[in-house]
Amino acid sequence: MAESTALPAPEAVSPPTPRRASALKRVLRFTGRRFLALAVTVIIGVYLTIIIANMGGAVDELRKGEIMQGIVMGVSMDPEMKQLPAAERQAIIEEMARLQEKRLGLDQPFIIRSFTFLRNALLLDLGFAENLTSDSGSRLVRAIILERLPPTLLLMGLSYLMLFIISVFFALFLSRRYGSFLDRLVVALAPTSSAPAWFYGLFLILFFAVFLGVLPYGGMVDAPPPSNKLQYALSVLRHIILPVLSVLVSAIWSSTYSWRTFFLIYSSEDYVEMAKAKGLSSRDIENRYVLRPTLPTIITNFALLLIGLWTGAIILETVFNWPGLGRLFYSAINIYDTPVIVGETVIYAYLLAVTVFVLDFIYVLVDPRVRIGGGSEAA
Amino acid sequence: MSAILRSLRQLKRYPSAIGGMIIILLLLSIAVYAIATIPYSEAIRLWRGGEDVWGESPKLAAPVWVDWFNREKMSKSIIVRSTDDAVTRELSEGGRTEFLTFPVDYQYDNFPQEIVIFLTSTYESKQPHVALKWYTPDGRDIRITEMSVKRADTYRPGQDSRLTRRLKGASAEIGLLQDPESENRQLLKGPYQLVMEIHAFEEGSHVDAKLVLHGQVSGLAGTDDRRRDLMVALLWGTPIALSFGLLAALGTSLTTMIIAAIGVWYSKWVDAAIQRITEVNMILPFLPILIMIGTLYTRSIWVILGTAIVLSIFGSGIKSYRAIFMQVKESPYIEAARAYGAGDFRIIFQYMIPRVIPMLIPQLVTAIPSFVFLEASLALLGLADPVLPTWGKIINDARSQGALFHGQYYWMLEPAVLLMLTGLGFAMLGFALDRVFNPRLRGL
Repeated sequence: MAESTALPAPEAVSPPTPRRASALKRVLRFTGRRFLALAVTVIIGVYLTIIIANMGGAVDELRKGEIMQGIVMGVSMDPEMKQLPAAERQAIIEEMARLQEKRLGLDQPFIIRSFTFLRNALLLDLGFAENLTSDSGSRLVRAIILERLPPTLLLMGLSYLMLFIISVFFALFLSRRYGSFLDRLVVALAPTSSAPAWFYGLFLILFFAVFLGVLPYGGMVDAPPPSNKLQYALSVLRHIILPVLSVLVSAIWSSTYSWRTFFLIYSSEDYVEMAKAKGLSSRDIENRYVLRPTLPTIITNFALLLIGLWTGAIILETVFNWPGLGRLFYSAINIYDTPVIVGETVIYAYLLAVTVFVLDFIYVLVDPRVRIGGGSEAA
Repeated sequence: MSAILRSLRQLKRYPSAIGGMIIILLLLSIAVYAIATIPYSEAIRLWRGGEDVWGESPKLAAPVWVDWFNREKMSKSIIVRSTDDAVTRELSEGGRTEFLTFPVDYQYDNFPQEIVIFLTSTYESKQPHVALKWYTPDGRDIRITEMSVKRADTYRPGQDSRLTRRLKGASAEIGLLQDPESENRQLLKGPYQLVMEIHAFEEGSHVDAKLVLHGQVSGLAGTDDRRRDLMVALLWGTPIALSFGLLAALGTSLTTMIIAAIGVWYSKWVDAAIQRITEVNMILPFLPILIMIGTLYTRSIWVILGTAIVLSIFGSGIKSYRAIFMQVKESPYIEAARAYGAGDFRIIFQYMIPRVIPMLIPQLVTAIPSFVFLEASLALLGLADPVLPTWGKIINDARSQGALFHGQYYWMLEPAVLLMLTGLGFAMLGFALDRVFNPRLRGL
């Protein structure tokens, strides 16, 4: 499929106005269709997550235990209840538990309950955390997650954007100097990218925090956080260096290597040779004959990178104590805070879907060969 | 098949492939060595063992090779048992008192980490009584303690506050071995003696003892906070990591390929269904689901392995295989096969899949380290298999005990180096294989 490297289709160049109107309609229709397809996908994905989470009733047992504990606590605190004989008190406790379970719908068969869960999850009504709270003191899972989203976006957004831009331009540079020392060095270093970012993070902490002591071990700001806005930003900047660096160190070589190979393959196409023969400058050739036709592929790769971003954060943030979604996941695992774990998995499913949707959309915008609403389904 | 072999022979031209294969062979031989020398059940027993198994090894001792970077000779563990030949056993005239002399020739440049005396005794109803005395090379004698000995007893001089007071505030492992004349707690090298005076109150009552001076270094790998020799986990981590990586990579890529082939061959709704499943699967968060399973159900490495395979089957790989199979399906030889009446299964498994195997091999090899690191990642989150010793588990222990902060670098670096070697070995070989089997890349 990648072999068919036809020149941009002619309709991309011709701009008569009536066609533009129909193009808008096509874009809308495509968006709607993609949106629907993805919505269905999200629903299935979230539902599967719920099924996995509650397979064997693990979550139910936890919730029932929690209800029971709450009731027993309440009863044992009540002076009137203390007077009653043990058997009677037990009966009351069980009756209360039954009512509470009925109220929460736990007495229904799982298949019905799973749809209640699904509705709640889709509406992001993720329930209450068992132990974790947000910094503002809320126990709403949604509040906790929303609070942790910006740091993750900052860290992963910055590092992946830098990774993407640096590797693409570095690769372009190398494809011009094919066979040079730098080129061979990148090829030789590419296998080091088999280790994930957190792995290099450990070494970077060892070097910059332990040996040199110039950068912090982890966290997002100094403790206590500086009150001055500028100092706060500087402090965050100081803390973000190591995590971003570890993403770069880990991924830059293989990323540059694959881009370089990709550009080299495209630079040997006939139409590029033709452009060279015409005597165009190498910058023009790069922009018009190498970058332009490869843009869709570049964006697809960026999409895959972004999908990796969301889950890659979990361990990187744990290693660097970065207070984002990943670190939250880690603390939730450690204290078995099931609602947070399930809620976050649902959020991840959503984030992935949104990423896929946005990139699908950008993809058709930049690729004139994909006819919106028509041939795109075959891709 | 011969084409594949011919391509493999080309590998010789790639130094990275040679390097990768050497590393893989090295890892394989470590794995074989581990399985051959330490049986599985023994490895588990050692790894799960507490004070009873690891009493003789020091806590958080660095590996012996740190000596190479130091001018000082770090102390190793000295263990003297009452059954050793060097230990003399004398009876007093009355026959009721026994003297056990434990010789210790201390020639290291720094103090031991801890001194422990393990005692065992046999008696009917009255516990025997022992008095411990320490003789230094310069002729001093220090009374350590007097105690009755239970059937199994442990005495730690370092935790005896009365002894510490007698040693002018120095803990036993320092106070017993220092030169009293020197200003800043100089170590006094030379022959020391521990004399144990045993008073037995019953006929046939017997006391055995073991004197352990825990060293600052231990073994080729060092020990962790639970006194375990890290070598056990480093050695056994190798076969576990390799089998996990290999099984996962093999399981994933083979099934992916077969499913892609089936989808392309039957096309229509089969293909559509596979495409939709892939799309749903792309949205399923892979790591969070593994974490959920680890937290809510089981931490068994094999369940995690199975889940990882199932979740990776319908990954992005299916799309690239599909694209290739689409081309293969239109080739004339498939048409020929169909013309002579080959069945669907025969075409898929005998005609289509073999054609794509060259593509599979590099992918398979490069996928192995990613699964090895996946296991380590889960371990880092505290979701490692509770029974098995794995590299990730060591890193997790080291991290949670603040090894880097306390300067116990070996603890983190040893498993990290092995992980890195695994990653590099397979990736180097995989990259070279990719260039051999992928004609478009050849020469780039």
